[in-house]
Amino acid sequence: MEVGLNHFLIVSTILFSFGLYGIVTRKNAIMVLMGVELILNAANINFVAFSSFGNFGINGQLYALFVIILAAAEAAIALAIVLNIYKTFSKVNIDEINNLKD
Amino acid sequence: MLENLITDANLIVPEIIVAVTLLLVVLFDLIFHKDKSIIPYIGIVGLFAALYYAIQGLPQNSYAFTTAATSHQYGLLAIDSFGSYFKILILITSILIIFFSKASSEIQRIKDRSGEYYALIMGMVLGMLFMVSASDLIIIYLSVELLSLSSYVLAGFTKLRDRNSEASLKYLIYGAVSSGLMLFGISLLYGMTGNTNLIAINTVLRNSSINILTYSFSLILIFVGIGFKISAVPFHFWTPDVYEGSPISITAFLSVASKAAGFALLIRFIKTAFILNETDSGSWSMIEFFDWQTFIIIISILTMTLGNFVALWQNNLKRMLAYSSIAHAGYMLLGVAVLSNQGILAVMIHFLVYMLMNIGAFYIVMLIANKTGSEDIDDYNRLGYASPFLGVSLSIFLISLTGLPPLAGFISKLYIFLAVIDAKLITVAVIAVINSVVSLYYYIRVLKHMFLKKADQEPKGLKLAPAEIVFVLILLIPTIIFGLYFTPMIEFARNSLSILGY
Repeated sequence: MEVGLNHFLIVSTILFSFGLYGIVTRKNAIMVLMGVELILNAANINFVAFSSFGNFGINGQLYALFVIILAAAEAAIALAIVLNIYKTFSKVNIDEINNLKD
Repeated sequence: MLENLITDANLIVPEIIVAVTLLLVVLFDLIFHKDKSIIPYIGIVGLFAALYYAIQGLPQNSYAFTTAATSHQYGLLAIDSFGSYFKILILITSILIIFFSKASSEIQRIKDRSGEYYALIMGMVLGMLFMVSASDLIIIYLSVELLSLSSYVLAGFTKLRDRNSEASLKYLIYGAVSSGLMLFGISLLYGMTGNTNLIAINTVLRNSSINILTYSFSLILIFVGIGFKISAVPFHFWTPDVYEGSPISITAFLSVASKAAGFALLIRFIKTAFILNETDSGSWSMIEFFDWQTFIIIISILTMTLGNFVALWQNNLKRMLAYSSIAHAGYMLLGVAVLSNQGILAVMIHFLVYMLMNIGAFYIVMLIANKTGSEDIDDYNRLGYASPFLGVSLSIFLISLTGLPPLAGFISKLYIFLAVIDAKLITVAVIAVINSVVSLYYYIRVLKHMFLKKADQEPKGLKLAPAEIVFVLILLIPTIIFGLYFTPMIEFARNSLSILGY
């Protein structure tokens, strides 16, 4: 069986769905951020697969590189903020950190 | 190659100046580690220089950073007068916010970290400047992230109270999710069209058929990212919490500049990528696959109705202004939904006025919070008599936000409603007017507390520094004058309508 574009798209859609599922169901801030990483990587797979199977040139692969770098930067800032939250509240559960209310 | 680089660099002088200012701020932060009072002035000088070049750049119309294959005439950034108009607005807002921060006691209490604070503000400005001229999906994503990453940190920067950290976390979670969804949408659109440049995408969409379902899905995902920035319902959940928890200077910055950049991005995205042609009267006909008008009208009605109705029972002034800014995003989305140059003109005018009155309102809330330490509406009882200047100025800003004559807010709102009526969307216009009436209640409620309510104990008059009075007057006088003599404002916006594209 030849591995084609559809196989990559199926993998990326599965990753995207797992990511979204994680974001919606998990309460721990770190787990939510991991869900976001899954979505970013699903997009990366899309970029690389489209650029190599669709004859669009290598632009898509370059975009994937940009996204990887940004994901790293975002993870650094996100973990710093979560660490700060842990120092303030001694927990990282999003539902329990709810002092600002209507 | 080098010549190209120099020509392109000439087109983005304001961005380069802001980037250099960012580095200078970081450098001076390291050099002067004892006394950091010079740092905000470096920022102000840099921003004024950038503003000068942005005004110089108004007549420019060309693409910067065209791709190596020069067969097509488009680039990563579109430098046009529409972009320059929003750059000018953003730079003026940033200058005001730096003065704002200098007066805020929250920021004065973190003096030893003020270098990082101003460096991050410069990061935000840089992201916004790129956002308003981005004409390539990948630049859109990168600039949105540049803006977001700086503002996540700034939202929780002061760490004086628990609510600062909480605001930061909420902003981070919602922001990361929505930008992730946006990126996935971008990747799908790239797969369908083979391009990330908005104009190239437009060419592809004109000439080929496309899978409507995937196409709509990708556009909605991209809209999630932009809708998060402009706090449109249903992507608004972060807004009240972040606005209440952030330092108030950052709240004002997010509510004006970041929203302006988001709107500029949305308008350019729709206008360059999905327009079929523009009639002489200035209305756009769109590529048929996706009904932008209905989509944006639904979002905008939801946005303004929710903003106005939830604002009715807010007792914290910052939170009330947050919902009011959601409602204003709804009005401005109506201007976009008209899909015509007239609608865009109305949005541009409204932003100019919104900048004056919203920063003004936040500034006075900040001055009062400096002294009383809270933004609760009960602390405003009889304040109008204790400090008449603040009371009257805040009243004028709030009445202008409602959109009553003879203030500038009336003119800009009128232009939006006129554009909606001209597009024969009468029902929508009626809903918008009813919303305006509802909004009157919560703005006037503040006035009632300031002038009519009895206080438990008579509040003391607030002493104001001359600089603070000047700052309020700088915002107050145009708010009144533009309400009576509005031709220059409208001419300025009308001359900046050109968006590069088809």
